[in-house]
Amino acid sequence: MCGIVGLFIKNPELSDSLGDHLTTMLIGMTERGPDSAGIAVYHHERADDTAKLTLFHADTHYRWRELGGDMGEALGVETDVEVKDNHAVVAVFGGDEAGARAWLKATHPEVRVMGYGRTMEVYKDMGKPADVAEKFGVRKMTGTHGIGHTRMATESAVTTEHSHPFTAAADICLVHNGSLASPNRLRKWLERRGMEFETDNDTEVAARYFAFRMGEGATLDEALEAGLKDLDGFYTFCLGTRDGFAVLRDPISCKPAVLAETDDWVAMASEFRSIAHLPGVKNASIWEPAPATLYTWSLEGRA
Amino acid sequence: MSAVDLATSSVRDLNSALHGLAADSNDTSWTIDNPDGAHAIAVGLDAPLEVTINGHVGYYCAGMNKTANVTVNGHTGWGIAENMMSGTVRVTGNASQAAGATGHGGLLVIEGDAGHRCGISMKGIDIVVKGSIGHFGAFMGQAGNLVVAGDVGENLGDSLYEARIYVRGKVASLGADCVEKDMGPEHRATLKDLLARAGVDADPKDFRRYGSARRLYHFNVDHADAY
Repeated sequence: MCGIVGLFIKNPELSDSLGDHLTTMLIGMTERGPDSAGIAVYHHERADDTAKLTLFHADTHYRWRELGGDMGEALGVETDVEVKDNHAVVAVFGGDEAGARAWLKATHPEVRVMGYGRTMEVYKDMGKPADVAEKFGVRKMTGTHGIGHTRMATESAVTTEHSHPFTAAADICLVHNGSLASPNRLRKWLERRGMEFETDNDTEVAARYFAFRMGEGATLDEALEAGLKDLDGFYTFCLGTRDGFAVLRDPISCKPAVLAETDDWVAMASEFRSIAHLPGVKNASIWEPAPATLYTWSLEGRA
Repeated sequence: MSAVDLATSSVRDLNSALHGLAADSNDTSWTIDNPDGAHAIAVGLDAPLEVTINGHVGYYCAGMNKTANVTVNGHTGWGIAENMMSGTVRVTGNASQAAGATGHGGLLVIEGDAGHRCGISMKGIDIVVKGSIGHFGAFMGQAGNLVVAGDVGENLGDSLYEARIYVRGKVASLGADCVEKDMGPEHRATLKDLLARAGVDADPKDFRRYGSARRLYHFNVDHADAY
């Protein structure tokens, strides 16, 4: 089944409460997805030459600071490590994120990269949404926008790795309600073109597909438009990007979605229950997004 | 007059109270606050009640409604008035998909827009939408009237039986076996009555009528391409 949510803050005064609202939205989708939950939050933007990686290891005593030190030494850069339960955010000052990921893969294959970029951090784990949000302290997080997912698994295992969001590229990640009809074929097609996969999850295929299109030079909008032709199956996607977020539904749109907008925020959720407690919601415009139609919001247009 | 605040009471308690009213009860006027997107509010009503819901509701609100008049001052999720038998359901905002699905009777009025599959498999319900509707409107509709004052998405009336469709705006495309038909005086009279009851200020002369070409009632191999 699954539930997805997204919140984009238009009024900067609300940025301090992003995590609080996102947590309430996530918990609102508990009945749709009690197996696991995750969020991507966009905050604490790093400088152009600084990369930020969100890493996961199941052991909550994993030696992250040692890893950070080793990485800095190997890459010849400064690093900074912030640990949150079984996740860690490693900032790589003056270093490229691709180099850091390559070093991790070669030397620490036990560590999973959940997300990377300059502003995006990704936290996900098994368990009820309220517990997952509590574990990572999501309520206290500030930022411009975030997306979230509550999972009721239908097509692959319940593990931290199979939880959403799935990172597609630097600062771009994806949550998905639905199921793709032929993900294995598309996965093979992408693998032949050099894309690497971490799981057998169908949503990861969609994430890698968008990453592949953007790697070819497509803009996000163009990649999503191409997805309407190439992705077969049921989907409501909510994507976070460095400066905004996007919503896309398949042409049949069996999977639910509701959008709401005020002068202060834009919110997306599988069901209105998750939007019901946002400030000023009584005067929001509320509608069901049309099938096969791209909806995007960007920080550039923000007051 | 009874008032229920869903911030402090459950939908189950509310629905039990509504179902438990005696047929001759004088307690016919109900106001419901803070629905906050909850599902299945005021389903299965079977008494001539006046129910007003202030706020946005979730799925299947006022489903299976019989004789009650339900007004939602807000937006509704999937399947508003699903399988309604009689009475009236009015939505002042927009409605998500499958509004009035499989409805047997009564009147559903949506003052905003409705999503896709509005009136899917309708069996006698009348649906009046002041705004526009999405794709597959009145899909497999068997009886009743679907009136849309705005525009209509793709595949209107696909695999239609005897439901009648009236549209004032643009139709993106007609579904299999759905065709435009002449508007006779009896159709104009029906439409005028429905618009008046729905409180929609529109001239029946501005509408076009669509219905079934009746080629798909029985499987015919010569029509295989149309299925």
